[in-house]
Amino acid sequence: MKYAYYPGCSLETSGAAYDVSTRAVANLLNLHLVELDDWNCCGATEFFSQDELTASAVVARNLALVGPDFDQLVAPCTACYLNLKKTDHLMRGDKKMSDKINEALAAGGLNHQAGRVQVRHLLDVIHADVGEAAIRDKVVRPLNGLKVACYYGCQMVRPFNDVDDSEQPTKLDDVLAWLEAEPTHFSAKAYCCGGHMTQISEPQAFELIRRILQNAADGGADMIACLCPMCQLNLDAYQSRVNRHFHADFRMPVVYFTQLMGLAFGVERKKLGFGKEIVAAGPVLERKLRTLQQVG
Amino acid sequence: MIAMPTDQRGMAFLDEVIEEVPGGERLLHCLQCGSCSGSCPNGPDMDYTPRSIFALIAAGQREKVLSSNTMWCCVSCYACTTRCPQNIPITDVMYALKRISLREGMATGTDAPALAKTFTGLLERYGRSFELGLASRYYLFNKPLSMLKMGPLGFSMFTRGRMSLTPTRIRQLDQLHAIIEKARQLGGAT
Repeated sequence: MKYAYYPGCSLETSGAAYDVSTRAVANLLNLHLVELDDWNCCGATEFFSQDELTASAVVARNLALVGPDFDQLVAPCTACYLNLKKTDHLMRGDKKMSDKINEALAAGGLNHQAGRVQVRHLLDVIHADVGEAAIRDKVVRPLNGLKVACYYGCQMVRPFNDVDDSEQPTKLDDVLAWLEAEPTHFSAKAYCCGGHMTQISEPQAFELIRRILQNAADGGADMIACLCPMCQLNLDAYQSRVNRHFHADFRMPVVYFTQLMGLAFGVERKKLGFGKEIVAAGPVLERKLRTLQQVG
Repeated sequence: MIAMPTDQRGMAFLDEVIEEVPGGERLLHCLQCGSCSGSCPNGPDMDYTPRSIFALIAAGQREKVLSSNTMWCCVSCYACTTRCPQNIPITDVMYALKRISLREGMATGTDAPALAKTFTGLLERYGRSFELGLASRYYLFNKPLSMLKMGPLGFSMFTRGRMSLTPTRIRQLDQLHAIIEKARQLGGAT
């Protein structure tokens, strides 16, 4: 299975653990991810706030760079995923806009034929294209006893709800169950993490982060598994500041689901980016997974 | 029908917003049910909730809408969009209000436009986002005192290899610039 791979900017730095664990897991699952050559930033939510046509053209450059050998583009970051998918969707539905975007792309010698490339989120590829049997087959270190709150956030499940339910999605819970972890009851699983609000208005963002951490803790989770670098950053890096703000004492590790997949597949933790999280996952994993104490 | 205030082009504000949003004509079908306001994680911090904003738009209250903080509280979680029984692309309406408000120089009382501009400035310069550059420029010019609070967080990110001190540049920056320039021309922004 061959896919064009769009890591996105966060996965180069703050979300590096997501990139390295994605590549490690893809390798074991025979998912051939070929990084899109010379891709550019998707503009996150910031560019669309200023100029829709330019923002769309900037996103469309990436779609246009997908070579003729590929018909699918995979993004692990939900913000990138949504921008790529939304732009292609916009071009398919709006001929006038599509022509303008292509006129802009032509200034750089490029063209994008809307609908030629299917934009996929990594979780969808793992759930649908790899599937249960192949994943169970690779598990050498089952995650029995590990209680995981599966956190989807917003932009993989909304506004498009063609991959999973937009209110109570289940695909990440499925994958974690295939690894033999125990997905917990977690009604905040598709709540908003606050996005860029941590940069703009901390009290606003902190309350959104708090209710997610609280809900995960109430459900008895040992850790949160997430699928977006922005969610991971907000829930993990800001956790101590949220604690200070609310006089709370959350100690909830937040890791990428691909890290847990790699762990179950027997990959060494340091090759999966463990240790990059601010709230350490190591002690919890060692306490919960007896097999880890022997292997490392 | 009640006469509505119009902008310089003689266009009712409602039409102006509709023109700015793909699928914006759905705004005409707003029932004022308030599902959007009830779904919004940032609703409590908004000057006007989304439901109120749509009523104000329909009433032609251009200045009130464009100078409010409402759209700048929107973080694009799309909860309202998927729940709206009338299929109004609410998040896209919020983006449109941000754009009109910026164009008209009416965005005040929020740091969100500064963050957006710093972000896209770096994107244009390097072709990629640059987190350290974004954080340092944005905080320095907008909330210098917060830099002290952000220091320890930045340090933890750096020691864990999660923050690069130098930006990554794409190879074909000229190509990206040509695309951006042309798009701006076509959109009437230059």
